[in-house]
Amino acid sequence: MKLLSKKSLSSFSILPEIIAILLAFLISALILLFSGYSPLVAFSALFRGAFGSKNAWGQTLTQATPILFTALAFLLTFRTGIFNIGVEGQFLMGAIASALAGIYFSGLPAPLHIALSLLAGGVMGALWGLIPALLKAYLGVHEVITTMMMSYIASYLTSYLVNYPFKAPGWVAQTEPVAKSALLPKILPPTQLSLSFIIALFFSFLVSFFLFHTYLGFQVRAVGLNPEAAENKGIAIKNRQILAFLLSGFIAGIGGGGEILGVHGRFVDGFSPGYGWDGIAVGLVGKLHPGGCILASILFGMLRAGGMTMTRVTKVPLDLSLIIQSLVIILVAAPYFIKTVIMRRKDL
Amino acid sequence: MSKILQTIGLTKSFPGVLANDHVDLEIEEGEIHGLLGENGAGKSVLMSTIYGLYRPDEGKILIRGKEVVIDSPHTAIKHGIGMVHQNLTLVPSFRVWENIVLGKEIKKGLSLNEEETLRKLGELLKVASFEIDLRARTEELSLGSQQRIEILKVLYRGAEILIFDEPTTILTPQEVDQLMETFRSLKKEGKTIIFISHKLKEIFAVCDRVTVLRKGKKVGTLPIEEATPEKLAEMMVGRKVLFSLPRGREPGEEVILKLENITTPEEKGRVTLRDINFNLHEGEILGIAGVEGNGQRELAELIVGLIKPQTGKIIFQGEDITFLSPKERIKRGIAHIPDDRLRRGIIGDFTVWENLIIGFEDQPPFIKGKLTLNHSFLRQFSAQKIKEFEIDTPGENALVKNLSGGNQQRVVLARELSGNVALLVASQPTRGLDIAATEYLRNKLIELKNQNKGVILISADLDEIRSLSDRVLVLYEGKIMGELSPQSDEYQFGLLMGGKHIDEAFI
Repeated sequence: MKLLSKKSLSSFSILPEIIAILLAFLISALILLFSGYSPLVAFSALFRGAFGSKNAWGQTLTQATPILFTALAFLLTFRTGIFNIGVEGQFLMGAIASALAGIYFSGLPAPLHIALSLLAGGVMGALWGLIPALLKAYLGVHEVITTMMMSYIASYLTSYLVNYPFKAPGWVAQTEPVAKSALLPKILPPTQLSLSFIIALFFSFLVSFFLFHTYLGFQVRAVGLNPEAAENKGIAIKNRQILAFLLSGFIAGIGGGGEILGVHGRFVDGFSPGYGWDGIAVGLVGKLHPGGCILASILFGMLRAGGMTMTRVTKVPLDLSLIIQSLVIILVAAPYFIKTVIMRRKDL
Repeated sequence: MSKILQTIGLTKSFPGVLANDHVDLEIEEGEIHGLLGENGAGKSVLMSTIYGLYRPDEGKILIRGKEVVIDSPHTAIKHGIGMVHQNLTLVPSFRVWENIVLGKEIKKGLSLNEEETLRKLGELLKVASFEIDLRARTEELSLGSQQRIEILKVLYRGAEILIFDEPTTILTPQEVDQLMETFRSLKKEGKTIIFISHKLKEIFAVCDRVTVLRKGKKVGTLPIEEATPEKLAEMMVGRKVLFSLPRGREPGEEVILKLENITTPEEKGRVTLRDINFNLHEGEILGIAGVEGNGQRELAELIVGLIKPQTGKIIFQGEDITFLSPKERIKRGIAHIPDDRLRRGIIGDFTVWENLIIGFEDQPPFIKGKLTLNHSFLRQFSAQKIKEFEIDTPGENALVKNLSGGNQQRVVLARELSGNVALLVASQPTRGLDIAATEYLRNKLIELKNQNKGVILISADLDEIRSLSDRVLVLYEGKIMGELSPQSDEYQFGLLMGGKHIDEAFI
């Protein structure tokens, strides 16, 4: 990884994160113990479910994929000093756009159809990100409010679309399946893992390249760390923040599209258990670095995938796996979150 | 007089740095003792050790002749030692009296006994002999008043020895004078004061004796009567320091910058500039004097393009640049040393090399192709700048926030002088710098002048303005009160800085 320049490597100490993860498991073990389960049995089921077989790996990485996309989207805006909590909305809007492109374009060769459908998702996500960006740049509306509201709008809007205008016949609120030519190939059959995972890795590389090897990324980071100094050196703050919002929305939108074309094959109402929100946690746990986000998203994918196995094997309720996830988020992200968000952004 | 505080062979090291090397310090009861030294000479470490923030590796601390172990500020306070830190440690939303008693409250049941507290603090105010509204909200007070709260905090806890760690860096000249008054009245009340500073003028104003540290070692202690600025500076720096700078050559005729009838829009938190008119010639250093907060920052930001005027014109090298962006002005050769280094000048969490290239990052040879940073050139560029500007850093990958103030300022200077400079706007360029860094910076300004560039020097330090400038304008409440020659006497400057127009001042 030549992209992790010397500087980013030296400041890339993950010891606190590892301690936090171990601590989360320790506390979870105590909770399990008090609830009358054996932590050893439960955790071994968790790990087996996450990494114990080819299928397990497939599950883990499938779960990690959308979270990696949303984490990248989150960190891009965060790097420019914007707390974009509307990744979920961008993700959903991308998903619906990709789904519709997958259904209604027809007669195209597969690679072209896939590219076009993903692109539709990306563009839709970017447009969704552009709205709060413009509101912030030109009217000074705080992005935390607008992005959160835009998320709710996206959630209800997509729900409406698949319940009424684009609803497929039947009981379930979902669209028609996308055309075969739009489906992303599976890369680890029989698991659900699709090409979307590779695309996510590719985007991690792109984001890293953008941030650390292009002048635009340099300016984005400068604006994020000290907007007044950046302005003094002639960097146009608003333009860079709008750019970050557009890229963020684009990546989240592609992520949504990848989930539709790779896993579900159609837009099913409520298919996202909150991938956009997970992305915020993964972005912070991954220390706002694409490399870190890859690792953190796999951790979260593991908890999701392994959690299901744990429940099946040990009868530990699925809620407990959610508790572990939450503990990791709290222990890892909270101190960092407090430091970066509360202390740096006094205007929040 | 007896020795109230003494250290014998006090030594403290940090990984890679010997901060204090067998320091023997003697403080007499009831004196004001100056502690002088360059940045990094070990003044703050020495005082922090006495205050119990660090444990010494070796050596003893004696109070009134008896050896004591001070393992925490708590113990220090018990021994009557109080410290006023450089950075204020107050709760902004608290009232003044609440901040003073915080941690040692006078209680009435579960609540605070406000009445009793205010009565007690009233007595303390007499000791300190200054005024402050005890019921005021802390955040609404000036930094000078907030510092008074810190002093009261220390007195309230019964301190006999008061340590002041560079207290004047955050103060305006007036507030500095008031602080010196406070020192004198505390002395009258029998308190002992240790005053850390690297400003000779302040040391001479109040101290009875002065100890100089250099590179962790004590160079010597002198009664103030035996000290001269030259002698103390030489002790601090370790070599002779030239106080009078060589004057550069005479300015040329060509006008580089012209401000015509500039007025800026009224905005909260900003001084409004009114009817600003002046010319700057090539090879000229134009000084802008005035009490801080009278529009100096606004004037600098106006010239570099961060503030746009409401009326008037800015002409730079014959071109109307009134509505050009900062970027366009940088391209035309306008460089800027901002007054607030940490806010406008540097990005603390960026590395040295990143800070050195901000503003150039989007043009060749800093990029190759259209988008990609040319890392090999960037490294080479920054390594060369580090050498040329003598920036003391572990390397170009060090974060700038970890450098000393003087070295941060060298980073700013290196960057600003890297482009094709025609005009430098230098705001408070030597604030917080030690003697060596100040000397370096002033020489750079004269160098620019001798290369026929224009320099606008904005400084709260009147001596600095007078020793460097060819002409001086005085700002007061956003207006130019008049033009003085640097040879005018201090009294004349004082009148203009106090708001008298030049026509009224010299009738």
